[in-house]
Amino acid sequence: MLAFIARRLLQSVIVMLVVAFIAFLVFRYVGDPLANLLSQDATMADYEEARERLGLNQPFYIQFFHFVVNALQGQFGVSYRLQQPVSQLIFERLPATIELAVASSIIALVFGVFLGVYTALKQRAFSTGVIMTLSLVGVSLPTFLIGIGLIYIFAVELKWLPSFGRGEVIQIGWWRTGLLTQSGLRSLILPAITLSLFQLTLIMRLVRAEMMEVLRTDYIRFARARGLSQRAINFGHALKNTMVPVITITGLQLGSVIAFAIITETVFQWPGVGSLFVNSVAAVDVPVMAAYLVFVALIFVIINLIVDILYFIVDPRLRDGAKSGR
Amino acid sequence: MTDLPHSPEQPVPAAKTSRWKTFWRSDIVWSYRRSPVTVVASIVAFLLVSMAVFAPLLAPYNPFNPATLNLMDGFTPPNSNSMGGRYFALGTDSQGRDVLSTIMYGSRVSLFVGAMATLFAMVMGVGLGLVAGYVGGIWDAVIMRVADVQLSFPAILIALLIFGVARGIIPPNQQEGAAIWVLILAIGLANWAQFARAVRGATMVERQKDYVAAARILGVNPFIILLRHVLPNVVGPVLVIGTIGLALAIIEEATLSYLGVGVPPTQPSLGTLIRIGQQFLFSGEWWILLFPAITLVLLALSVNLLGDWLRDALNPKLR
Repeated sequence: MLAFIARRLLQSVIVMLVVAFIAFLVFRYVGDPLANLLSQDATMADYEEARERLGLNQPFYIQFFHFVVNALQGQFGVSYRLQQPVSQLIFERLPATIELAVASSIIALVFGVFLGVYTALKQRAFSTGVIMTLSLVGVSLPTFLIGIGLIYIFAVELKWLPSFGRGEVIQIGWWRTGLLTQSGLRSLILPAITLSLFQLTLIMRLVRAEMMEVLRTDYIRFARARGLSQRAINFGHALKNTMVPVITITGLQLGSVIAFAIITETVFQWPGVGSLFVNSVAAVDVPVMAAYLVFVALIFVIINLIVDILYFIVDPRLRDGAKSGR
Repeated sequence: MTDLPHSPEQPVPAAKTSRWKTFWRSDIVWSYRRSPVTVVASIVAFLLVSMAVFAPLLAPYNPFNPATLNLMDGFTPPNSNSMGGRYFALGTDSQGRDVLSTIMYGSRVSLFVGAMATLFAMVMGVGLGLVAGYVGGIWDAVIMRVADVQLSFPAILIALLIFGVARGIIPPNQQEGAAIWVLILAIGLANWAQFARAVRGATMVERQKDYVAAARILGVNPFIILLRHVLPNVVGPVLVIGTIGLALAIIEEATLSYLGVGVPPTQPSLGTLIRIGQQFLFSGEWWILLFPAITLVLLALSVNLLGDWLRDALNPKLR
C-alpha cells in the first residue's frame, strides 16, 4: 500500500517537474522579460545590471532550480499587464472559479443521474427519445453558443436573470463568496448551467448505459422474484452499482471543468481564473500563462492521484496485484 | 477495407456490369443511400462549403471594401431595404456590412483554418503513429506518453497555450499576417494525438502480417514499407477521425476567435462574427448574431454527422 502510494507520488512529482520545465521555458524565453521590467530609455548598463540582479546570467539549470523553488513558494513573478504578483491575482480569482465549477458539477450530477435512470427505465417512452436527441444536439453545440442562447432567453427576453458578473460578494477571510447573497446566487445560475451541460450529457449517457446493463443481471431478476418493490430494486440495487464509474468520471472531469470554465467565464464576464488566462493570452502576459499552466497541471495531477488511491482502497484486486509485484 | 470510395472496385463478376454500377452497388454507397440523415448532412455540408469557396463570386457585396460601405446602411433588418436604398437579405451590422456576405467570407476563413489544422494534425499524427507502431521500443514509449498526457487536457486549453507562446515569439510587426498560421499550428498541435493513437494501434496489427514480413525480407526500405504498404491499410480510421476532427477544429477555431485570441479582426471568421454580434444582443439587433451562429452550427453538425456515418460504414462489425 505504502509502496504503491510512494510510487504514484513519485510519478506525480515527475509529471509536475516536466510541466514546470515547459512553464519555465515559456517564462524565460517567450518575449524579453527585461523589456517589460525596464523603462523605454534604459541603457545597456541598466540591462546588464538588471540581468545580474535577476540572475539571468546564471547557467540554465540554476535558473530552472530557482524557478522551481519560487514556484513551490507560490511565486511566479509579476504580471506584465496588471503589474501585480501573479500568485495574488490567481488566488483572488480562484474562489469564483471554484464556486462555478462545483455548482456546475452538482447540477450535472443531480440531473445527469436522474435523467440517466429515467431514460434507462423508460426506454421506449417518447420523452426518452426527445431527451436523447436533445443531448446529442447539446453535445454538438459549441459551449459559448449555449451560453449566448441562455443569455438571450433568460436575460434579454425574459429579464429574469443577470447576464454577466458575479453579483454582490461577501468576504469571508480570503475567500470572496457570491453564494450568500441573492444577487450572487442569481448570477451563478446561467454560467453554472452552461458549464454543466457537457458533463450532464456525459453522466446521463453513462448512467443509462450502466443501468441498462445492470438491470439485465441475475441478481436484479432474483430481487424481482423475491417480490421487492420496483423502487427498492431500481435505486437500492441497480443504481448503487452504477455509482462507482459515475463518481470516477465526475472526479476526473473536474479538471476539465476548470479548464472549460475559460469559455463560460468569458461569455458571462465571470471574474475567475479562466478569464484571467484568456486575457493574459491575448496580451502575451507570460508570467500569468506560465503560472496558470502549472496550476492546472497541479489540479489534474492531484485529482488523478486521489482517484488512483481511492481505487486502490476500494478494489481489492489491485491490492493483490501490487503485492505480487505489478 | 475493400470498399473505400477511391479504392479499385471489387472484382467484377460479369463483364456486363459497368464500373459505375459496381460503385453504385458497393457497400458504402448502399449504406449512404439507406441513411437519409447522412444524405441531408452531405447536401448541407456541400452547399456550405461551396458557398465559402466561391464567396468572392457569390457574395452580393464585398464587406471588406471600405469604398462600398455606407454607414447609412447600418443596422438594416433582414429582408428589407436600407436607408441608403439597397436590399439586404440577412440585414447589415453596425458599419453597414451585409451580414450574408460577411458570413460567406467568414465561413471561408473558418473552413480554411479548420481544414488546414486538421491536415496538419493528420500528417503529424499519422507520421508519429506509424513510427510508434512500426518501430516500437523507446520511440513508441515516448510518443505515446506525450499523446496520453496531451489527451488528458482539453484541446482548447492546449491550443490557447500554444497560441499565446507563438504570439510571444513572433515579432509584433509580423503578427497580423502570421495570426492565421499561428492559429492553424495551435489547433493542429492540439489534435494530433487522436490520429497517432488510432494509427499506432492499426500499424501494430498490420506489422505482424505476412505481406510486411515479405517486403522486409525483400530488403525494402522501412520508410517505403510504411508509406506504400502499411499506410494504405490504416487509412480507414484516419478518414473517420479526420472528418470528426474537422468538425472539432471548426468549433475550436470559432471558440478561440470568440474569445478574441483567434484570427485578426481584418479577416473575421464565424467565431469573430458571433463575438461582434453579441454586442448588439441587448439592443435588439438579433440578426447580426443569429445568422453566423446558425451557419456555424450547421457546418459543425453536418460534418460531424458525416463523420459518424463514415465510422459506421467503414466498420465491418456493423455490417
